[in-house]
Amino acid sequence: MAETRPDKPQGDKLQGGKLQHDTFRPDTREQLAELVTWAASEEAPLEVAGAGSKRGLGRPMQTRATVDLTGFRGIELYEPEELILKAGAGTPIQELVAELERNHQAFAFEPPDLAPLLGGSAGQGTLGGAVACNLAGPRRVKAGAARDHFLGYNGVNGRGENYKSGGRVVKNVTGYDLCKLMAGSYGTLTLMTDITMKVLPASEATRTVLLTGLDVPVAVRALTAGLCSSYEVSGAAHLPAEVAQTSAVGEVAQAGGPVTALRLEGPPKSVEHRANKIAQVVTEFGRAEELGHDDSLALWAEIRDVKPFVGLDATAVWRVSVPPASGPRVAERLRGLDERASLFLDWGGGLLWLALPEGEDARHAEVRAALGDTGGHATLIKANDGVRAKVPVFQPQEAGLEALSKNIKDGFDPKRLLNPGRMYAGV
Amino acid sequence: MPEPKREILDRKDEIVAHLRSLVPGEGVIVKEAELQAYESDGLTAYRATPMVVVLPSTVEQVSNVMAYCHELGIRVVPRGAGTSLSGGALPLTDGILLGLGKFNQILDIDYDNRCVVAQPGVTNLGITRAVEHEGFYYAPDPSSQIACSIGGNVAENSGGVHCLKYGLTTNNVLGVQMVLIDGTVVRLGGKHLDSEGYDLLGLITGSEGLLGVVTEVTVRILKQPESARAVLLGFPSNEQAGDTVAGIISSGIVPAGVEMMDKPAIRAAEDFVKAGYPLDVEALLICELDGPESEVEELLGRVSRIAEDNGATYERVSKDDEERAKFWAGRKAAFPAVGRITPDYYCMDGTIPRHQLAHVLSRMREMSEHYGLGVANVFHAGDGNLHPLIMYDANEGNQLERAEEFGADILKLCVQVGGVLTGEHGVGVEKRDLMGEMFTEIDLDTQQRVKCAFDRDGLLNPGKMFPTLSNCAEMGKMHIHRGKLPFPDIPRF
Repeated sequence: MAETRPDKPQGDKLQGGKLQHDTFRPDTREQLAELVTWAASEEAPLEVAGAGSKRGLGRPMQTRATVDLTGFRGIELYEPEELILKAGAGTPIQELVAELERNHQAFAFEPPDLAPLLGGSAGQGTLGGAVACNLAGPRRVKAGAARDHFLGYNGVNGRGENYKSGGRVVKNVTGYDLCKLMAGSYGTLTLMTDITMKVLPASEATRTVLLTGLDVPVAVRALTAGLCSSYEVSGAAHLPAEVAQTSAVGEVAQAGGPVTALRLEGPPKSVEHRANKIAQVVTEFGRAEELGHDDSLALWAEIRDVKPFVGLDATAVWRVSVPPASGPRVAERLRGLDERASLFLDWGGGLLWLALPEGEDARHAEVRAALGDTGGHATLIKANDGVRAKVPVFQPQEAGLEALSKNIKDGFDPKRLLNPGRMYAGV
Repeated sequence: MPEPKREILDRKDEIVAHLRSLVPGEGVIVKEAELQAYESDGLTAYRATPMVVVLPSTVEQVSNVMAYCHELGIRVVPRGAGTSLSGGALPLTDGILLGLGKFNQILDIDYDNRCVVAQPGVTNLGITRAVEHEGFYYAPDPSSQIACSIGGNVAENSGGVHCLKYGLTTNNVLGVQMVLIDGTVVRLGGKHLDSEGYDLLGLITGSEGLLGVVTEVTVRILKQPESARAVLLGFPSNEQAGDTVAGIISSGIVPAGVEMMDKPAIRAAEDFVKAGYPLDVEALLICELDGPESEVEELLGRVSRIAEDNGATYERVSKDDEERAKFWAGRKAAFPAVGRITPDYYCMDGTIPRHQLAHVLSRMREMSEHYGLGVANVFHAGDGNLHPLIMYDANEGNQLERAEEFGADILKLCVQVGGVLTGEHGVGVEKRDLMGEMFTEIDLDTQQRVKCAFDRDGLLNPGKMFPTLSNCAEMGKMHIHRGKLPFPDIPRF
């Protein structure tokens, strides 16, 4: 049984008491709609969950019941030659990735597994969860996020209505693109039951060009040079020394300093050619080393899943999104916040993962002040419930946007039944 | 279209005078002769004369005009370059046509962040032109790219021939500045990659001017690939061409573009552009591959083998960029080329699952006979986006009505086989009455509530996209039924 109250042990149901908390696992959309209708009449807020692997992400909520969507499971339609896959929202993403691999295909947005970072075990997350949090791995710079591959869905809104949006074709502008609205809505607008995704051929080969010993500003210049080339760089990250040394990839861990990495993917000959070209592009930054296929997969999986910050006690983890060229400036300010602060950069400098002592408030004001005028934003990905209840987990919005968010919530879920307050108070 | 508001028309002089105070100079147009230029967009079968045209030149003016319209309840139709093929910029006789043509400057070129910040009236091609000397380009390339504006591209989520590999507008826009109907100016996104909160940027892309007026756009630019080559492949049947596309994609190749044309389209394009297309084939594919030269070479070989296996009778690989451009020139000019051989044509835009292509084309031939109207087909074959061009003569009997019925039948067929009404041209006025073919009333209500979140009074571009006008007060209500616990059917834990 799922729980949302941190102080209440799992499985405890206070019969007749005020704290009764049920978990429902409907199998059909009709049941789901019935459940929401009940919740509306009872004014019972619902926790929307897949496998619950990202339960620790977002503001803590007070809910009456959990809706477990893992009953909506399995592949409904997979047509490799049409590049589409439709599956129940509660299908484990690993299951889908394995099926795609059998057909030499993949989700190009490289869904991260954040469960270990959040204190859970790996491989639990569902398709619905990945989409609802709009996750994306290092390939974001080239292939986009979950939102960019999300074609259609069926679901039940907070009015208890079954509806659909989008379709099963890759090109579609019929009506508003509600898929974009669902991606990154953290279950606050609709209980999605099935999801249609665009899939793409998997890369046959992967190589990584490594530079060592660069400080952050120089490293981001090197990454920028790579990303501004014709060679289709599909990953561009920088690991400062203390982060690099935690890697399971020998060459990275033993580099003896910071490591800057550029990834190339594609047909083997093309990858070899482009890796050589990239080494030339970054030649002014030092002599490039190269990681082969297997080591490359291991390194980029670590970066994707924020492995360097997994298992750190009493540590808050922030995800900071900024214009890539501003990465070094923001990184310097963030590192200055605390001598124990640690960070690394992905997306060519545009994504900073920051770990620092959790303290009372995860230093939210200073972290957001560090963004300066970059127009970027910071999300508190990991901290204990007390901290997350106290500080804005998501970047506070300007009044105009805040009003729009509330209006949108009104349309989908006027009674604030679905994951209420998970993103913002009142939404 | 919505019934014109008498009370607004009665106050026209006062409204015009006030608009002149908000947008001084020549930014307010009321002369009948000058209004004519704005009475339709690319969908010329629909026309209406706007009450007044306003051409602001600053964001502040846009904001003031919108706030004024909001206060008085005046309807606003935004317009970019006016190239919409679905009537997205069709004016309202009691409304303001808000033209963004004066917003034609590129504000910032930022190679380090790989993006360009442009005003909405800059043309699609204008962005590429501004960065191509550094080897960069903007990927989405609708056929109208010489004329269409980037603001219009955002409104319609425009595609083009390269979007299979590089995505649509929505995948290439990083941020916008937008003015809401009450005059509020908001920023969505920026130069960073991810949106915070709800992805309103993704939502407004493709919203057809119903949610806000975009006053600034930040787009991602890409470095030109090392090399690119195109191959022309001719087939004795549409089916074989379709099978070849399926074969290419299922072999793991994602071409930069795959286009297909049927015989009437090939002939029209060749007569017009002299692109070197073969005239003795039933279907022609243009397949472009890009990347390192060695990779392109290898992939061309694979594509060629797949085509041969599917019975290709013609093959020609571009020998240089000039010839490649020529291959594309024929395709990109297909609409005007068809326009030369018929007094009028009606361009449709459905998307279908690709494997349904042969079925849809053969049904279309039957419909063509039924309606007694010719049809030429161009097809973004990689992503299943079909552009049938129905040929008719508006001055001949009821040919226009027949063309419209024929078009509607095609779109209904697209939906029946698992596709959608529009792949890239938008719903506009043209397809709004067909929305019910694809969506239930609840689906549409859910979308209309999004409209209500931005524009409660329905002042922005009403009459487009939805078959009925939104009644936000009514749709916002939630009717609570008595809940039925204990849910005998739902597994509980």
